Amino acid sequence: MVLLTRKIEFAASHLYNNPGFSPEENRRIFGKCNNPHGHGHNYTLEVTVAGEPDPITGMVLDLKELKEILEREVMQRMDHRFLNYEVPELAGQIPTCENIARVIWQLLDPKIKQGKLHRVRLYETPDLFADCYRNGSEGVKA
Amino acid sequence: MGSGAQKSAIKIELGRRYRFAASHRLHNPALSEEENWHFYGKCNNPYGHGHNYILEVLVSGKVDPATGMIANLADLDGFVEREVLGPLDHKSLNEDVEAFRSTVPTTENLCVEIFRRLKPFPKAKLERVRVQETSNNSFEYCGDNPEGFER
Repeated sequence: MVLLTRKIEFAASHLYNNPGFSPEENRRIFGKCNNPHGHGHNYTLEVTVAGEPDPITGMVLDLKELKEILEREVMQRMDHRFLNYEVPELAGQIPTCENIARVIWQLLDPKIKQGKLHRVRLYETPDLFADCYRNGSEGVKA
Repeated sequence: MGSGAQKSAIKIELGRRYRFAASHRLHNPALSEEENWHFYGKCNNPYGHGHNYILEVLVSGKVDPATGMIANLADLDGFVEREVLGPLDHKSLNEDVEAFRSTVPTTENLCVEIFRRLKPFPKAKLERVRVQETSNNSFEYCGDNPEGFER
């Protein structure tokens, strides 16, 4: 089993606000992230695919294909967007690192046909990230 | 907010990075001077030396649909500050930290000590700590969870 990781970066804005909370609760729970006009980050996404290298090509999957999937599923959806208003998959969710990473996993998982999606790591800043794994089948002994 | 089936199909962890600076000396009093020098080399210098450590803390748990969070960062930051950064930052690990009066403050042992301090975090499950001693050395510990490194 080999793990292959590709990294991309995108920039987007968001804000944290739960309409079920009072304005005071929103400020208390979300702090600065509750600023009604939003704020932005440079996100770094690392996508890891697990698989056996093909005996003919030597590849787990074609990096060009992975690049195109990431361009189509992530960059076009999220790059230079306001995540709360412009990404339907995040509608009704607080666009935290955890939730964005989960949406990215759900978008990528069905598109990756060679190898298997192993991990999605999304950095919101260099000091904050979320990891997604397949639950219950994390036994890839790398 | 995503169906229950989707939630259980994916495991999500939150990772947070912190920094602290501390000094240490690698020395085991049970060993001879020559043996200490043999095992620890420069790190055995009697006056100690220091590092800028980077600590990575990974926690897991259910993402609360109301907040979108596994754990509120303010809670995690406050806990790590109180249990780890406050007691270790700008300290001599050998002199100022009780655990290292009886064990050698290698970064392996530091990982174990930090994991022990953070394990009781009440808002999420501590999965793993990773401590980078220099840009060329890092160490990870996940307690006695045998599956912790299988990712």
